Amino acid sequence: MEHGKKGRGKTSRRGFLGQALTVAGTAIAAPSLLNQSSNAKDNLETAEGNMKVTLNVNGKQQSLTIEPRVTLLDALRDRLGLVGSKKGCDHGQCGACTVLVDGERVYSCLALAVMQEDKEIVTIEGLAKGDTLHPLQTAFIENDGFQCGYCTPGQICASVALLDEIKRGCASVVTPDLTRPPQLAELSEAEIKERLSGNLCRCSAYNGIVAAVQQAAGQKAPSPLADLMLSEPEETLT
Amino acid sequence: MKNFTYTRATSVKEAVQKATADNQAIFIAGGTNLIDRLKVFLDEPSQLIDISRLEMKRIERLSNGGLRIGALVSNTAVADNADVRRDYPILVRAILSGASQQIRNVATVGGNLLQRTRCPYYYDTAFPCNKRQPGQGCPAATGINRMHAILGASDQCVAVNPSDMNVALAALDAVVEVAGPKGQRQIPFIEFHRLPGNTPQRDTNLEPGELITSVILPPVSFAKSGVYLKLRDRTSYAFALVSVAAAVELAGDRIKNVRLAMGGLAHKPWRPTEAEKFLIGKPADSSTFQQAAEIALQQAKPLSHNAYKVELAKRAIRRALTVSSKGGGVV
Repeated sequence: MEHGKKGRGKTSRRGFLGQALTVAGTAIAAPSLLNQSSNAKDNLETAEGNMKVTLNVNGKQQSLTIEPRVTLLDALRDRLGLVGSKKGCDHGQCGACTVLVDGERVYSCLALAVMQEDKEIVTIEGLAKGDTLHPLQTAFIENDGFQCGYCTPGQICASVALLDEIKRGCASVVTPDLTRPPQLAELSEAEIKERLSGNLCRCSAYNGIVAAVQQAAGQKAPSPLADLMLSEPEETLT
Repeated sequence: MKNFTYTRATSVKEAVQKATADNQAIFIAGGTNLIDRLKVFLDEPSQLIDISRLEMKRIERLSNGGLRIGALVSNTAVADNADVRRDYPILVRAILSGASQQIRNVATVGGNLLQRTRCPYYYDTAFPCNKRQPGQGCPAATGINRMHAILGASDQCVAVNPSDMNVALAALDAVVEVAGPKGQRQIPFIEFHRLPGNTPQRDTNLEPGELITSVILPPVSFAKSGVYLKLRDRTSYAFALVSVAAAVELAGDRIKNVRLAMGGLAHKPWRPTEAEKFLIGKPADSSTFQQAAEIALQQAKPLSHNAYKVELAKRAIRRALTVSSKGGGVV
């Protein structure tokens, strides 16, 4: 909750919209709406069936009183003010809500917050160290891996996990030899695309995203040889 | 979603007791399919029993050379396991072709067996559906049914089982171990899922209160040359229109042993045993594979929008058998 208040105090997009409404004089309804929603929140906390849950988010322990049906995504956004994770489809199809749980990428819209106790959750807000961006955040900027940007937090979290998965030797369905998964330096475009297929970008910033992952993987430029890693099976049906 | 109470089970016994005491309770582990269903009110449990912290996360070697995979092992952990990769690449390929990394990291082996159909009429509560409410009718039978079943369907339900992992497990003759109020039992994989018949609301032969504890993979020496061919509307992160798991063992140029299972075609993973029988002892050539494909699809009854699946399935079978007979790998 502390985090949320802090976020709102700064010039966040929401804070700005709130001020703009007040200035425009259309805000007579707005403060009362805000009051109503905070009242509703208070009622929720005392409502029957609520549970007390402690989540470790971006290295901070945060206590919440929530209904068991609250998803991790809703807890992060609505209760902890961490609005970097986005609600796109809310059904595990678009990837905009991707966060890291115990180092693995998951869809926070398909996870219940009450089930996440004792786990380490990292959101897009937790990737930078102070003012120093995560290498993948830098790579996304340098390779223009976003257009509207709504999917970007999920894409970056997924890409961070992807590089760890390569280091751990995870195979993908396009890996030709399961016993020899690709190394970072030989990560082909086909592998990157397959491994990021759980994140959709409807602006189609895909090329920039692939280039950003290649840069973060330590590849110089998109290697023309990289694609050859995916061997086409011989056409044997004659 | 409707609210529910949440309890965390500390043992298999306790989980089964809780589920037996409350017939509106549902187990949750990964929850990647269940939470999605809760959101659209397909399931409205009184209680969720969280089994995700129970000790069913190991993959162990059995004395006969097979493997026992705990029900709570994630799809990712199965696909990354060195023993599974070496002995059952057919299963690894099937798992890796399913869902996205985000889902595979969370989804469990036990849960994968209980995945429900993605039939759009089942998912949209504005439509009637016999699977949701028996006796309501099946709009898919006469509606837009290009994704639907061509084998084993009934006039009550034409939905298909969505799992890729299930198809590989059917080909491998896996065994499902369950714990229930009456103790433990084993269910041969091919008897685990049901055809719709007059009870399309029941996907499996699990009894009330029963919990999947593990899946056993028997030793199948030639599973190493197994392949999984999945055909879908886009090349990644989509359910199969047609999929084929195939493993061929040769003696010289003749087929000594074969396993064949198909996905996307029926209410359960489909094992065309007649086609398998036909293949034994035949030369491993394209004419043999074509004849096996014809036999496998002999009983097909396409609906108004999915006749394409018949030919697609035949070609998929032919290709999967061809690649497997040459040693396997990426199809």
